[in-house]
Amino acid sequence: MKQVNRLSGGLVDRDQVLGFTFDGKRYEGHGGDTLASALLANGVRLMGRSFKYHRPRGVMTAGSEEPDALVELRSGGRQEPNTRATVAELFDGMQARSQNRWPSLRHDMMAVNDRLSNFLTAGFYYKTFMWPKAFWEKLYEPTIRHAAGLGRVSGEDDPDVYDKGFLHCDLLIIGAGPAGLSAALTAGRAGARVILADEDFAFGGRLNAEMFEVGGEAGSDWAKAAVAELASMGNVRLMARTTVVGAFDHGVYGAVERVADHVAAPVEGQPRQVFWRITSKRALLCAGATERPIAFANNDRPGIMMASAVRSFANRWAVAAHETVAVFTNNDDGHRTAADLIAKGVRVTAVIDTRADAPAVEGAELFAGAQVIDSRGRLGLESVRIRTAQGFTRDIVCGALAVSGGWNPNVHLTCHQRGRPQWDETLAAFVPGPDLPVGMLVAGAASGVLSTEGALRTGAEGAVAVLADLGIAATAAVPQAEDAPVDLTPFWHVSESKGRAWIDMQNDVTVKDIKLAHQENFVSVEHLKRYTTLGMATDQGKTSNMGGLAVMAELTGKSIPETGTTMFRPPYTPVSFGALAGRAVGKHFHPVRETPSHNWATERGAVFVEVGDWLRAQWFPQPGETHWRQSVDREVLATRRSVGVCDVTTLGKIDVQGADAAEFLNKVYANAFAKLPVGKVRYGLMLREDGIAYDDGTAARFAEDHFVVTTTTANAVLVYRQMEFARQCLWPDLDVQLISTTEAWAQYAVAGPNSRKLLEKIVDPRFDISNEAFPFMACGEVTICGGLRARLFRISFSGELAYEIAVPTRYGDAMIRALMDEGEAFDVVPYGTEALGVMRIEKGHAAGNELNGTTTALNLGMGRMVSKKKDCIGNTLSERAGLNMADALKLVGVKPVDATQAVKAGGHLMAKEGPVDAAHDQGYVTSAAYSPILESSIGLALLKNGAARLGEVMRIANPLEGDDVEVEIVSAHFVDPDGEKLRV
Amino acid sequence: MIIDHPLLGPRDAQEFVYLGDADLINRPDWQAEDAADAFHDYLYLRDNPAGVHRELWYHEQGDRSWLVVTRDTLTHEISKVELARDVARAQGRGR
Amino acid sequence: MRYSGWRVIKEALTGHKGWTPAWSDPEPKDHYDIVIVGGGGHGLATAYYLAKEFGQARIAVLEKGWIGGGNVGRNTTIIRSNYLLDGNEPFYELSLKLWEGLEQDFNYNAMVSQRGILNLVHSDAQRDAARRRGNAMILNGSDAELLDTDGVRAMYPFFNFDNARFPIKGGLLHRRGGTVRHDAVAWGYARGADMRGVDIIQNCEVTGFRIEQGRVLGVETSRGYIGASKVGVAVAGSSSRVMEKAGMRLPIESHVLQAFVSEGLKPLIDGVITFGAGHFYVSQSDKGGLVFGGDIDMYNTYAQRGNLPVVEDVIESGMALIPALGRVRMLRGWGGIMDMSMDGSPFIDRTSVDGLYFNGGWCYGGFKATPASGFCYAHLLATGRPHEVATAYRLDRFRTGHMIDEKGQGAQPNLH
Repeated sequence: MKQVNRLSGGLVDRDQVLGFTFDGKRYEGHGGDTLASALLANGVRLMGRSFKYHRPRGVMTAGSEEPDALVELRSGGRQEPNTRATVAELFDGMQARSQNRWPSLRHDMMAVNDRLSNFLTAGFYYKTFMWPKAFWEKLYEPTIRHAAGLGRVSGEDDPDVYDKGFLHCDLLIIGAGPAGLSAALTAGRAGARVILADEDFAFGGRLNAEMFEVGGEAGSDWAKAAVAELASMGNVRLMARTTVVGAFDHGVYGAVERVADHVAAPVEGQPRQVFWRITSKRALLCAGATERPIAFANNDRPGIMMASAVRSFANRWAVAAHETVAVFTNNDDGHRTAADLIAKGVRVTAVIDTRADAPAVEGAELFAGAQVIDSRGRLGLESVRIRTAQGFTRDIVCGALAVSGGWNPNVHLTCHQRGRPQWDETLAAFVPGPDLPVGMLVAGAASGVLSTEGALRTGAEGAVAVLADLGIAATAAVPQAEDAPVDLTPFWHVSESKGRAWIDMQNDVTVKDIKLAHQENFVSVEHLKRYTTLGMATDQGKTSNMGGLAVMAELTGKSIPETGTTMFRPPYTPVSFGALAGRAVGKHFHPVRETPSHNWATERGAVFVEVGDWLRAQWFPQPGETHWRQSVDREVLATRRSVGVCDVTTLGKIDVQGADAAEFLNKVYANAFAKLPVGKVRYGLMLREDGIAYDDGTAARFAEDHFVVTTTTANAVLVYRQMEFARQCLWPDLDVQLISTTEAWAQYAVAGPNSRKLLEKIVDPRFDISNEAFPFMACGEVTICGGLRARLFRISFSGELAYEIAVPTRYGDAMIRALMDEGEAFDVVPYGTEALGVMRIEKGHAAGNELNGTTTALNLGMGRMVSKKKDCIGNTLSERAGLNMADALKLVGVKPVDATQAVKAGGHLMAKEGPVDAAHDQGYVTSAAYSPILESSIGLALLKNGAARLGEVMRIANPLEGDDVEVEIVSAHFVDPDGEKLRV
Repeated sequence: MIIDHPLLGPRDAQEFVYLGDADLINRPDWQAEDAADAFHDYLYLRDNPAGVHRELWYHEQGDRSWLVVTRDTLTHEISKVELARDVARAQGRGR
Repeated sequence: MRYSGWRVIKEALTGHKGWTPAWSDPEPKDHYDIVIVGGGGHGLATAYYLAKEFGQARIAVLEKGWIGGGNVGRNTTIIRSNYLLDGNEPFYELSLKLWEGLEQDFNYNAMVSQRGILNLVHSDAQRDAARRRGNAMILNGSDAELLDTDGVRAMYPFFNFDNARFPIKGGLLHRRGGTVRHDAVAWGYARGADMRGVDIIQNCEVTGFRIEQGRVLGVETSRGYIGASKVGVAVAGSSSRVMEKAGMRLPIESHVLQAFVSEGLKPLIDGVITFGAGHFYVSQSDKGGLVFGGDIDMYNTYAQRGNLPVVEDVIESGMALIPALGRVRMLRGWGGIMDMSMDGSPFIDRTSVDGLYFNGGWCYGGFKATPASGFCYAHLLATGRPHEVATAYRLDRFRTGHMIDEKGQGAQPNLH
């Protein structure tokens, strides 16, 4: 196992030898390697296959923009598809596999697509596969889906944890190349709170990849010293392996820190990645630039790479892309690659420069004014064919071709708030436009300043400028460095190429595809992208958009900026789901709210049900009960026979106080509250302003200026919000104050004929709760159990003689235990939400299924409650004709004619005889339950003109499940319709 | 987004609940002759400008203030934040 | 030119020289019988059906930018007929039937793929609601099946069944629902309309309406005045802005809906799934990317971009449902501006100005409605009467109290 292409020097740690496998074969690399550099060091050029034609591909870049060298890393739940080999830090034991090929990377059957490429041009699928009609879904599409896609997801749960974090700073510096480091030093020395983030694991950017000196020392050494100084500052936070992925409103940035991707697995307790939300006062974008290719025939073979990448591999990673390298360039930058390689002893077989006046090269043959017109080599580059300035054709032997078409500033984050980049003629590239995100400035190569000294200078000056905005004085100190001007002649693609010339490597979009798009009038950038899939690959067009735009500009005869700009959207590089979800996974997806009796209910074996974020006891199974219905029926019967207790803490509670409290309630409730006496409770119906029933509950008057309001569990937050709106925005001068006390009180319903007897054992004797002293709908403050303050309400949801008793939350657990203990004498049962539901249906009380946001008071049989004598939210619009039709839905009861049949909520009511279709729909069942009292299934329903149809036999159509049940329309009040039980 | 709460200073917009057009403060007179039309326009025909918009936000995970935020719907720039109660009073709302 | 497999082969063998523009770029004429404002899916579909089904001629579609650049080009490609209310379901059922024959009708492969839509339920109340909805669908001629937990597990074994905060208790399966290649819908309608003589005029912004004595005479545009006997506006996302030029206020707010796509993956998710305990829906495109979205950003906006809280909320819900997605990466997000109406349902109606018609308020359900919206709008423009399945989509329904409120959220556009 020899690293055949490993050079001397570089920034890898040769003392660290790391073993890894690629497609099962073992190799070795060094600390500081990426998977890509290690594979190249071992002479491996073939790393992947393209998306559509399954063309053999190698590595094209040395950074996160990599479109070709995508691999699957790790296995099982940690299997990670589409990982760029260029950013995968090598660790000992790394397992990487190529993807999107079968059966192997070298012999990929799907490469047959390449032979058929002339049939598979841009958008061909829009024109065919239409006949026979059924074949699309049965044959064509499954075949396409099977062939498409890139890497595989294992389907197993990801075992790693992820975190989210929040950071604040004066200045966020995005990118730690020369500009970013210079800015950070300037701002850090001035005492500003600075965050410096870079996607790389090593700070320095291109300083680590070039041989330039900074201030008389090696660029990488200068970077190392700068980092050391920054690390010593308490006001500077250095964040390596952290990609700032999006610029959001008001200085908020999203960033992903890859905490443990460079090791086989996180250590216990360590997150794999952290998603940071960074709130910055100012941001300085120092994201550098991305080199762009030149398209020519067969420019996609393994070994054809960006010139800067070839240089990075040689200088930073001490890896020659191949023993023999040629260079193809339209600018001076390509020559640097040749010079650096030659200095390291790599054989450079030719420098092909499109410029007729190309500068001379020492140590390699120069072809000025020449072009690469084709390449050879099935699984790896063997040679390129060039056309010289004189028009001769020549083949140049090379295993790697370093291509430079110039540089595109990384303007991405400047566009995240819809800013448009602008064209720079000198660079022949887009640079940041004038409408940057508020608070952002750009420096260095990202701003179009490509020299090292320019980056150092604009970084420092940028920091000085933004800090001045914040009132922090800073001074720029810029070391001397390379300051070469850009010398470039735009050159996008070799038009004389006969074969296919790739623009978008991963998605296999060629110059011909763009020509076809033009021919078919897909000329706007948006049409071009969508029709050809240009720029839609995992690199989001970082290496392809400009080329595509340039070819289209040439075809339309317009300039590039007239042809269009490319827009960039977050994220800058793809972000894992895990990081964006953080800890909100599994049971932690939402917070859990537990009532004070939760532990007690758990001890009693309760089955819990999710009600919003609450967990409520649904029923309490007893030994021997094998079906939930047995438990529920028992709880209902025991309650109706003697006494039962239900935790109703989750109901919303709002304390309303002030001289105008009654007037306020008059405005927010449809019914009147002004005259409610102290010591009494009233049912309240709340409407939305559009006249639809919103919520119901009770309001208990404890004093002239003090009410306690309850809401449904589901609407507790919404009702409180709405009441605050009424108080602050609609009637701001009413003397009324509100506070939510939902979590301050534990509350229990005590229901059943023996409920008073039970409560008499709890409530301190000095409070008379006899029927006379404390009648139906009474309320009062009492003490219980020898002095504990409590609130007692004589209200009933079950239809029984019933109370609700509230104690401060911390006594909730003691309260339920006391009720159970004292209730033993009456065979008390705890009952859950299911029995609660059964009893309210038996009683005909509307609940969430009836208050579904489309029903009015009229529909619910409470039309008369809406007071017409006062202003209240919703009363005006409740009078609209459409809400008061003669055949409006009315709440009724339904009972099967055959008691062995079951009513199901969600069935639709139809005439007994007649068609079953939408045109004959008469209404629907809202709630259903088995009533153990009536020994029958029963339901509540909303039926057209229902109040006038009692006694009618109808059918409930449930074609969804194939049911059809005959029912009798009855009063919604199945038990105790006159409410006699309530008053005894 | 960050909302500069007049009492509490800058707060993440995630702490707030959005309602809409600040004209929802101006609830019509229920006894006016054209009350039906006025309520219709009040509730259903709200301002929806591409540009500066005055809108109601509620600091639900905070101090429960309703705020009137003046924000540009094209750029999201916030130019003013007021307590809705002050705005309501200034617009003549009382009891 | 007619597209077919044979044509593709013939062109491949002859250097692809024969392909002609999918639509032409004519200069605007002085006057049209019908001008459609808005070259999105709905506008193009309207023009197509006007020409093809309603015998109309002299039609122009005016588009501010490039056709298909609005919400038909930025959505999550879902089609379905799974509505609850009488005002809606027949309309969406017509739409789904039109989707089912669309490609053969307009000779363009839009990749209509009836992969099935599964709406998950997580509580008894949700199951009750699903039953009511499923029955409404069937009673209106659509299809629905109610699955229990095991039924869901059989389809998607990798859902979180065993450690979920909100357990999956079943789902409502709508097999005829599915996905469509969204851009192809705009292009297919444009090409079909162009072939039938419709002028598709791009880069032509309507800057005003010429209205005299209560009647529309034409539109002012960035390319000059264009006369029209009838003007049909179909500019969802910009409805308030455009109709303001005709002096109208609409029961609509503009909000941004973000959507996302992951990196390409080998087939994982076969159909369309909606999570019932959070805001998340997902399908996988033929190319392999997971296409997913969630809730709107909640505040009025015309900026086609959203903020982080919703991004995180969507992904959290996605992970809650499918824990195996942890190492999948989100590749790209985008934002589309929605016409959020006051009851969550759309408008296809006349206006108070003679000859001026309005189509909008599609909330985030406009894409699936494209064929029926075009068909019904064409019906209204051609005959002056609403199509029988679109009679409820009136602009005055809030005045009369005939809201079509599927979610029961009332006049709160961001909750629909």
